[in-house]
Amino acid sequence: MTIASLLSTPSELTDTASSKCPIVLMTRIRLARNLAGRSFPGWSREAQRAEVLEVCREALAGTAPMKRSVKAAVSELTDLQKQILVERHLISRELSGSKDGAGVVINKDQTVSVMINEEDHLRIQVLRAGFQLKKAWSVINALDSELEERLDYAYSAKLGYLTACPTNLGTGMRASAMMHLPALVISGQMEKVVRAVNQLGMVVRGLFGEGSDASGSIFQISNQTTLGESEEEILKRLGSVLESIIEHELNARAKLIETDAPKLHDKIGRAYGILQNSHLLTSSEAMNLLSLLRLGIDLSVFPEDCRTIIDRLFIEAQPGHIQNTVQHDLESVQRDALRADKLRTEFATFAKPTFTINGQN
Amino acid sequence: MASPLKCDLCSNQATVHLTQIVNNKVHKVDLCESCAQAKGVTDPSGFSLADLLLKASLNPDNATAGARCEQCGFTQNDFKKHGRFGCPQCYETFSSLVEPMLDNMHKGTAHTGKVPQKSLERKTLHDRLGELESNLDDAVKTERFEDAARFRDEIQQLKQAFEQHSKPAR
Repeated sequence: MTIASLLSTPSELTDTASSKCPIVLMTRIRLARNLAGRSFPGWSREAQRAEVLEVCREALAGTAPMKRSVKAAVSELTDLQKQILVERHLISRELSGSKDGAGVVINKDQTVSVMINEEDHLRIQVLRAGFQLKKAWSVINALDSELEERLDYAYSAKLGYLTACPTNLGTGMRASAMMHLPALVISGQMEKVVRAVNQLGMVVRGLFGEGSDASGSIFQISNQTTLGESEEEILKRLGSVLESIIEHELNARAKLIETDAPKLHDKIGRAYGILQNSHLLTSSEAMNLLSLLRLGIDLSVFPEDCRTIIDRLFIEAQPGHIQNTVQHDLESVQRDALRADKLRTEFATFAKPTFTINGQN
Repeated sequence: MASPLKCDLCSNQATVHLTQIVNNKVHKVDLCESCAQAKGVTDPSGFSLADLLLKASLNPDNATAGARCEQCGFTQNDFKKHGRFGCPQCYETFSSLVEPMLDNMHKGTAHTGKVPQKSLERKTLHDRLGELESNLDDAVKTERFEDAARFRDEIQQLKQAFEQHSKPAR
């Protein structure tokens, strides 16, 4: 299988309906691992990186989760393919801009991706739709154990897994949830939440990580520290922070409905109208409109089975995915037209909204 | 002590003071107005205190200033430039630089999580094998043939154990 065919097969993020839920769009865990006795990628020569790439690919090929997988060197990928992989959260922006010897291995349903020679020799990632920290941990833990049978990891009894950056020492684990928090944004409470979450040792970022904006009211929340606690303790702490954010978001929604239902319904109704009728849509506007419709689903304005469509469009409305639907290069305004076309078609057959005053779950 | 706090990143007067509490451990960062702006501390879409703490702890004047990693040639200056180390060995070479940094950066300074058991066992086996092989060489050279035979048998046994170990799980 090639990257091109992988991108057209059903994936966890774009096609699974089973684990979709309100608020938490997806859960991700990544582990940073390095090989003993070798320089970290940023400090290695090309030949050393090529060797690490080969060794890691071979070890990965023998593991159970990667039996059906696609591997690619970053240098073999087109800019568009890289962008699509970033939009699907399968590779980082850093990897897509990296030098020779970097690569990625992705399994068929796109739940597991392993970046080779990013900041560390290995960045193993498991991704699940919905709120599934435990499940993601058990999958990534098993894969890591399988790899460890084949690779000598750089490890110290005191500092744990040794990583290029000391902020990842210890477990080398970064667990995160992508959260949809429109009511906290609408009611102006997000800044307060970010501050509180920071004080609890967690980090809040935009949709595509560091420095990205939070269009669509989507935020990533992850653990900040990796050393001094076991993986289970970190996950438990993150889990309880996430639960409490969910509670705050639900409270904010209840409050909005109670105090100003017409305004909220107006926002959702207008978003629906624009998605059905617009002819030019930037990706940021599309994200914000889709975000309001997802909120509508949570509030029973639209039926539950529409959720899969919205979550798929969150990904497919991204610039790379739009460009990928045609053969020739598009200017950004042409992309906006194409995006609007696509969304008009999708929403022509979308369920009609039903607004009730007690439209809460 | 009475002088105003200085910014952790530049030497201007600090006016933004951040405190983070993780399970009863207090982490502090002091910043001036413009560094706080630049680091996005006031930005609701989030910033990472860890990155700040990392940079703030990079003031030189310590024992490893002139040290160079034997394994990869990395120096403390390189770390100041990149914020990343050169190889796993660097953590030993620059341990006096790393240790004070960790206290502020993480929840604890010692690893309590997963241990790569298989990887470590294999390493122990490997080290023991190397030791026996050099013993065997010595024994042969000094014509202690009984010892040599014993070492050879032990090597044989270890190699068998090693092969069983490295068999793929499935």
